[in-house]
Amino acid sequence: MPLLKRLAPQLIALAALALLVTLVFPGFLNISVNDGRLVGPVIDVLKRVAPVALLATGMTLVIATRGIDLSVGTIMAICGAFAAWAIAGGWGLVPALLLALGAGALAGLWNGALVAVVGIQPFVATLILMTMGRGIAQLITEGRILTFTNPGFAFFGSGTFLGLPFPAWLWLATGIGAALLMRRTALGLLIEAIGINRRASALAGVNATVLLIAVYIASGLCAALAGIVVTADIRGADANNAGLWLELDAILAVVIGGNSLLGGRFSILASLLGALIIQTIDTGILLAGFPSEYNLVIKAGLVLVILILQSPRIAAEWRVWRDTRTAPQPAAGARP
Amino acid sequence: MTTKFLMTTAAALAISASAALAEGETVGFSQIGSESGWRAAETTLTRQQAEERGLQLQFADAQQKQENQIAAIRSFIAQGVDAILLAPVVATGWDSVLEEAKEAEIPVVLLDRQVDSADDLYLTAVGSNLVHEGEVAGEWLAGTVGDAECRIVELQGTTGSSPAIDRKTGFENAISGHDNLEIVRSQTGDFTRAQGKEVMESFLQAENGGKDICALYAHNDDMAVGAIQAIKEAGLKPGEDILIVSIDGVPDLFQAMAAGEANATVELTPNMAGPAFDALAAYWADGTEPAKFIQTESKLFTQADDPAGEYERRKGLGY
Repeated sequence: MPLLKRLAPQLIALAALALLVTLVFPGFLNISVNDGRLVGPVIDVLKRVAPVALLATGMTLVIATRGIDLSVGTIMAICGAFAAWAIAGGWGLVPALLLALGAGALAGLWNGALVAVVGIQPFVATLILMTMGRGIAQLITEGRILTFTNPGFAFFGSGTFLGLPFPAWLWLATGIGAALLMRRTALGLLIEAIGINRRASALAGVNATVLLIAVYIASGLCAALAGIVVTADIRGADANNAGLWLELDAILAVVIGGNSLLGGRFSILASLLGALIIQTIDTGILLAGFPSEYNLVIKAGLVLVILILQSPRIAAEWRVWRDTRTAPQPAAGARP
Repeated sequence: MTTKFLMTTAAALAISASAALAEGETVGFSQIGSESGWRAAETTLTRQQAEERGLQLQFADAQQKQENQIAAIRSFIAQGVDAILLAPVVATGWDSVLEEAKEAEIPVVLLDRQVDSADDLYLTAVGSNLVHEGEVAGEWLAGTVGDAECRIVELQGTTGSSPAIDRKTGFENAISGHDNLEIVRSQTGDFTRAQGKEVMESFLQAENGGKDICALYAHNDDMAVGAIQAIKEAGLKPGEDILIVSIDGVPDLFQAMAAGEANATVELTPNMAGPAFDALAAYWADGTEPAKFIQTESKLFTQADDPAGEYERRKGLGY
């Protein structure tokens, strides 16, 4: 199965990490049933990974076009602020969700237009919204944490559906849905074509401008969903902290997923596994009970090891080393 | 005779001028910005306190930039204000502008944060003692649990920040004499609700679904509010199954206390301006030099202290 072969490095890394965490915290894989819902550290990982997994889904597509979207963390804060503002203002659940998604799409349209129409480099174009956008969120919340009580909206952060936390269903549905849409239609191929050579693909008849804008809008929508999840989770919009630095975790998830930052071939499922790897590290560190000064050092060390093991050059060296070790014996026997 | 007449008029004018000043002195206030709800409340209370005392307040929002604060102070000096309140965004780099204020004989009072300048460059500093805040929280917990065994989990502030270090130290000082109190898990929740909730979830998982935890100490109220949600979602009763004590005194925590979901908070008062204006009034009246540090009260609030009423009093302050 080519899919399994593509995902093998990420699956092995995830399994090895789960084993490592189990060694320092023996109850890591325990799952129990409490009031008809599953409870356990693994379930927490599936729930807590939601924001990064959602961001990574959109980020994979953007990176496949040889772009990058640094603004997703800020878009989360803006969309969360809009949603909380609408809920607190008595708009009701559906209009609040639509407003948040609309804000995400608009932010994506802004990024996409800067990149595809104006021709600004994606790094710079999305940096604008990344640095300025938090101000928009602060304007909406007036600088405070805007709280609300709405069980329907809170369900998006802490509800349970068929035993699993709702955020887990949300990222699974979004991620797998996007992956199917890319691979069951020609969309994925067209996005890869733009990433490999935008001019050539445009000359071959791909409407690169529209597709690029659409990809940034998709990233904005994913960020809006992530913003809804984190806002619903704490029942309040925290404009200063919601999604802060999460764009970097999303990019890391895409990279751990083995996707090239130079665009082209991509796998959303691998990015989702990358997000799971990051969250397993985060949750594992919290469960292990190390002093917090070590958190980031441990995370950096583990990510480094995973990336080194995935490096094509290391893999090539390993193959050479293995061949030179096994090769001499038949050669010696063949000598007259 | 003419000279004498002129002199008396001048003296009379001078007296009336100084009397008028006592009524409506002008105070310049250079605020950091509006980085948090607490700071917004500090701004609101400073305006209220100035109004109550009949002072003219010139307000300058620095939007988290030191150069804006320095420019604001220079403009206050140029206007010839009677005093300057400064909530410094960083600790260093104030020497030259503070010297300019000193040469113009304008007293400067620092609010809630300190600077690394010589202490003769400012009149006084008003602030809270962060170690003491942690001690008040720890003493409350030690007094509440008595001799019972108590396994405590701690949500720390941002790793390496002075509130996190000092509030941790103070709490540990307070419980050090009690062998039945033990901090079993301590992790950073970065002062945010979201992190407070996530870290509390892991504490609950690690401590037998939360059944082994007796109390939570959070370095700020926001993390405690996040942790309360995590405890509720784990099927436990915050405030009963797990005691909750935190620091700051923000309205949302008073709401949680009113609902019986939190037990105590140590207030970091946003009214830093009140003691500052008192010190200035004494200084203007007869030149009394206040102490170089005026410590604000770290008041403990529990469920018995009318949390619903405290919430009502605070919600309009801009938290």
